[in-house]
Amino acid sequence: MTTYIIRRLMLVPFLLFGVSILIFGMLQFLDPIERASLYIRGDFKSENQISAVLKKYCLECPIYKQYTNWLIGTIDSVSGEREGGILFGNFGWSKTTSQPVAQLIARRFPNTLDLTIWAIGPVILVGIWLGVLAAVHHNGFLDQALRVFSIIGTSFPTFVFGLLVLMLFYANLQWFPPGRLTDAYTQVVGSSQFHHYTSLLTIDALLNGRFDVFLDALRHMFLPILTLSYISWATFLRVTRGSMLETLRQEYVTTARAKGLPERDVIYKHARPNAMLPVVTLAGFSVVGLMGGVIITETVFDYPGIGAAAAAASAQLDVITVLGFALFNGLILILANLVVDILYAVVDPRVRLS
Amino acid sequence: MSVINPTGNNEMLGEAVAMRKIGRFERFLGPDNYRVLQGLLKTPASVAGSVLILLFVIVALAAPVLAPPVNVNDPYQIPRDGFKAKPQPPGTEWRVRPPPLPFWWKAVTGKDKWIHLLGTSQGQYDIYYGIIWGTRTAFKTGLTVVIATVLLGVVVGAISAYYGGFTDNILMRIVDILLILPSLMATLILAAVLTPVLGKTTLPAMIALIAFGWMGYARIIRGDILSVKERDYVLAARVIGVQDSRILFRHIIPNAIFPTLVLASLGIGDVVLSFAALSFLGIGTGLGYADWGQVLSFARNWITSLNSYWYIIVWPGITLVLFVMGWNLVGDALRDVLDPRLRGKV
Repeated sequence: MTTYIIRRLMLVPFLLFGVSILIFGMLQFLDPIERASLYIRGDFKSENQISAVLKKYCLECPIYKQYTNWLIGTIDSVSGEREGGILFGNFGWSKTTSQPVAQLIARRFPNTLDLTIWAIGPVILVGIWLGVLAAVHHNGFLDQALRVFSIIGTSFPTFVFGLLVLMLFYANLQWFPPGRLTDAYTQVVGSSQFHHYTSLLTIDALLNGRFDVFLDALRHMFLPILTLSYISWATFLRVTRGSMLETLRQEYVTTARAKGLPERDVIYKHARPNAMLPVVTLAGFSVVGLMGGVIITETVFDYPGIGAAAAAASAQLDVITVLGFALFNGLILILANLVVDILYAVVDPRVRLS
Repeated sequence: MSVINPTGNNEMLGEAVAMRKIGRFERFLGPDNYRVLQGLLKTPASVAGSVLILLFVIVALAAPVLAPPVNVNDPYQIPRDGFKAKPQPPGTEWRVRPPPLPFWWKAVTGKDKWIHLLGTSQGQYDIYYGIIWGTRTAFKTGLTVVIATVLLGVVVGAISAYYGGFTDNILMRIVDILLILPSLMATLILAAVLTPVLGKTTLPAMIALIAFGWMGYARIIRGDILSVKERDYVLAARVIGVQDSRILFRHIIPNAIFPTLVLASLGIGDVVLSFAALSFLGIGTGLGYADWGQVLSFARNWITSLNSYWYIIVWPGITLVLFVMGWNLVGDALRDVLDPRLRGKV
């Protein structure tokens, strides 16, 4: 187990290096002067200004020098402050939103996290439940119906499904609006009486005792969660069903049935826990995927998370901002995958001991 | 006692081993590959999928007949009926600069005025034209991207598997790194980076989809080659001194490539979906270019009034869903056929 974890940990610096090279490589498509936004904010008009900036931040230096500069930034000789340097959390200046990229991420990420927390339950638990149901009724009517349901689910592009539910539940029925909060509540949240303990809106609302804000936030998150769920149920259904069917064929299940256990106990106490192993990995990766910002879902529902921000920036060709998001996304994914792998080793003795 | 005669037509043997005729086609593909193909042709779901795909192929081929373009040199530009913002419902008469009337229109309806069959979207872009010519765009981008990704994947996977050791290690680590970012995020940023360089065409999105799409194929072909390269005929070729590249391209790859090719041909659905997603987000083709993602993106400004403008999402939405479903149905059947645990049950 320790060897496994150490080996897995050794992979992390390598992956981080790889992602940084990948993103740095994409930066090379920009003009040198455009790369100045990595270090400072500003428009440069005169030739003198431009050449001064190019020189100061070493934007036309050899590649390896630019790379180290990009990693650790430069110290300004007058103010003594560090400019740029992704290792210090300076991802550059976002021109389209007029703020540092790091600040943009810091503002948007709590929203994405909030959505993730509320989406985990419906996405994973319902998906697993459906999968078990399909396996128990193998080849029966329910199984066939769920199969059709899942094929339709995998065939629905997120944005088509999103637009259709918006048409139904927002334009027609007016039940669940897109966005983050109703205007009136945005003012409540912005006022000084509302304390931001965690910056997760739903949890803050509960801590402040504002159930109306809490419910309004949930109402706005309903459609994104519905979309995410329906799209991912198909995958969970398939994996759980396959794994369940495999487990139900094992001999200990026959033994359990032979000694006269009720079918419910056989399925839920003997078979299901053992069928969950592949599902655990899948669940881990979907949570990670949700945290990385769900680009299309957030865009369709105008939800202010990091996915929508990344999409908006790339539509306006603000490369520095987009690459900042990619860097952040890569970081989250590498760390979260590490956690998932280690947890999996803890759960499954076969991985732990090999 | 009967003697089994290996050359003659022996009745006894026929009864004992249940011989069957092996056709030329089966011999050409090999028993495993033939079984896969047969499985695909026998599953109802995959037949339904194939019919859907065939319909789209027909629409793509017949595009100039179904929707004659205004400008023959630039048929992919969706014709507009004026410049008003508000969408117009299906059946509205074409007022400003109508495209040429298709020859079947008068025969079918008896009218000699061209109408907006499926309505117009934001800015009076005709939805019917967007869908019909968008089908061509879909096949064009899908085929190009799939062929390029497969070529790239096969070359990398083959080199990796054949040389093994250090080369293998380096190439597979590159694959690992490219797979870290979620594919939509990765293609989104690469397309955004490339757009200023290449302009607003289908190219940036296609290149991005190729650059981040080949890794899966590389892994699959690598695995298949690793098993094929241990076969005796490869050893035999090596013993008589055949060149490395010739062994790889003439002896190994032709025997290992079939599963990759089948998977790749089904990848068109996914590629078209990703391409549509990118142009829905505003990356890719210029305004008014006929592709499904763009036609759907017109709806983004009319969210509050979708109850009256339902046609701006329903028609292009259904088209995209049916297209993807066609490929998924075939793909689903294929997964069952290829799954070794289910072998012999299909």
